[in-house]
Amino acid sequence: MAKKMRLDLRLIAEMVPPGARVLDIGCSDGALIDELTRTRGCDARGIEIDMAEVTRTVARGLPVMHGDADSDLEHYPDRAFDYVVLSRTLQAVERPREVLRQMLRIGERAIVSFPNFGHWQVRWQLLWSGRMPMTSVWARPWHETPNIHPCTIRDFFMLCAEEGYAVERWLAIDEGGRKSPWRRFSSLANLFGEQALFQLRRISPAIAKAPKA
Amino acid sequence: MDQGEPQEIRHQSARFADGLMLDCGVQLPELVVAYRTYGALNAACSNAILICHALTGDQYVGENHPLTGKPPWWDQVVGPGRPVDTDRYFVICTNVLGGCMGSTGPSDLRPDGRRWGMDFPPITIRDMVRAQKKLVEFLGIDRLFAVVGGSMGGMQVLQWAATYPDHVFAAVPIATAAYHSAQNIAFNEVGRQAVFADPDFNGGQYYDTGRTPAAGLGVARMVAHITYLSEEALNRKFGRRLQDNDLLRQGGLALFGDIFQVESYLQHQGSTFVRRFDANSYLTITRAMDYFDLAAEHGGDLPTAFAGTPTRFCVISFSSDWLFPTAESRAVARALNRAAANVSFVEVETDKGHDAFLLDEPDLHRILAGFLAGCARHAGLAT
Repeated sequence: MAKKMRLDLRLIAEMVPPGARVLDIGCSDGALIDELTRTRGCDARGIEIDMAEVTRTVARGLPVMHGDADSDLEHYPDRAFDYVVLSRTLQAVERPREVLRQMLRIGERAIVSFPNFGHWQVRWQLLWSGRMPMTSVWARPWHETPNIHPCTIRDFFMLCAEEGYAVERWLAIDEGGRKSPWRRFSSLANLFGEQALFQLRRISPAIAKAPKA
Repeated sequence: MDQGEPQEIRHQSARFADGLMLDCGVQLPELVVAYRTYGALNAACSNAILICHALTGDQYVGENHPLTGKPPWWDQVVGPGRPVDTDRYFVICTNVLGGCMGSTGPSDLRPDGRRWGMDFPPITIRDMVRAQKKLVEFLGIDRLFAVVGGSMGGMQVLQWAATYPDHVFAAVPIATAAYHSAQNIAFNEVGRQAVFADPDFNGGQYYDTGRTPAAGLGVARMVAHITYLSEEALNRKFGRRLQDNDLLRQGGLALFGDIFQVESYLQHQGSTFVRRFDANSYLTITRAMDYFDLAAEHGGDLPTAFAGTPTRFCVISFSSDWLFPTAESRAVARALNRAAANVSFVEVETDKGHDAFLLDEPDLHRILAGFLAGCARHAGLAT
């Protein structure tokens, strides 16, 4: 398609190997599944909650289901996909932990991107003004925002550890989707990264339960 | 059929001397499938789309109706440059088994020389689909590019995908469900009882009496027609508006007669319907819908019906359809998810009710055209 793809979606597309089975949750206009289908020969499908987007995307010939992350993932069988993608949506779902569990049940790997609530501007605004931060990433007032579960990069690392997910790759990116140079230092990434992008894999039960030597 | 109507239309058909084994266990001695085709079959026989019609539809999907002269019933969907583009696809539409437009049905003569009438064996949606399969093979087609249909046509689409998964590349069930609900069976039963209560029904053997159960069938159609519309659509079209008649103009009140516009509309629907439809066919086909329960054929588990399916699905519902509400379509889509099938699912926002699939719904037409074009790319069909 002529339309330019969001940079973070391009980064995600590059993480997916050719021919993979992919589910994009919250696929909006289908840019990622279109890219994956056309350039990587993937079997890419989408779920989207906004019916107008679903209508437009199906009318472009892309396979999209009307549905949402909180209630529709349970209807997919185990390991139906190689990659399950959730971009910029985790903070807006009802039960993020459950959504991640479902993603790693139906997919071998999960790719998750979310806006980082640990960014220095967010911290500074709350500290300085005593009010809920409003930045270019967190752009809506607290009573209007759909982002009911904000988290920081550090929070996310801790959740992955609790749930037993292996973080295979991660990077911090700025609002434009460009990689930030904080790759080696998660505490700096947590301070300076506007968005985060993670690739997770469930540690297989066989390994998790391996007896300690 | 009414006597005196130009009934002797020759419907194009294929005759299968080996008949058809029905789900009820009866062997039909001979099977006739009436059909129409539009467009050209390509050399690879890979561009065929089967359109499945609804309860009272027929095979004349792409041309004026030979009996009524009315425009094709899916005029905005099937034709050159339309979503189901006859310049590109070879479109097939059959009259369903049990119908009255040339396919084997209750108004046919049976081997003993009488007409079947109510003795016509009960048929199922799967029987209809098996009859269509024979026709598709007769036309030299192994795999259909797509099967598309709304309402009862959508039931056939689901049945096709479940019964012949390797012979359907894409399936578009519209405004339908995987089973007929108690409410829908109830409405069908009211219609059937209206037919039975008509003295001219004569136990189903009315063909030689010179009369037809037009009053009963008309009432059946009126009841059914209400279920095809939404409350909003009825309000929008008719509200409480009165007919233009002398008594009402003078401020009088009448108990009966032509009073509200909505009554007059329904009566018109009833009276035009009985001129083109056979009452026994109506009984047979409504019963086939009632029997439909795709999950029941697979141990009560709908996903099993689609296990391992290679077919690409596009499930479409309408927001104001209360006969086949969106929840039913969503249940089908979720069952397809469970089967790891490739499925798109869209609800079209409209106030036109169940009938929306037959009407001017630009979103529906865009979705259909786009979905088929996307599938054509995957199927390697040349543009």
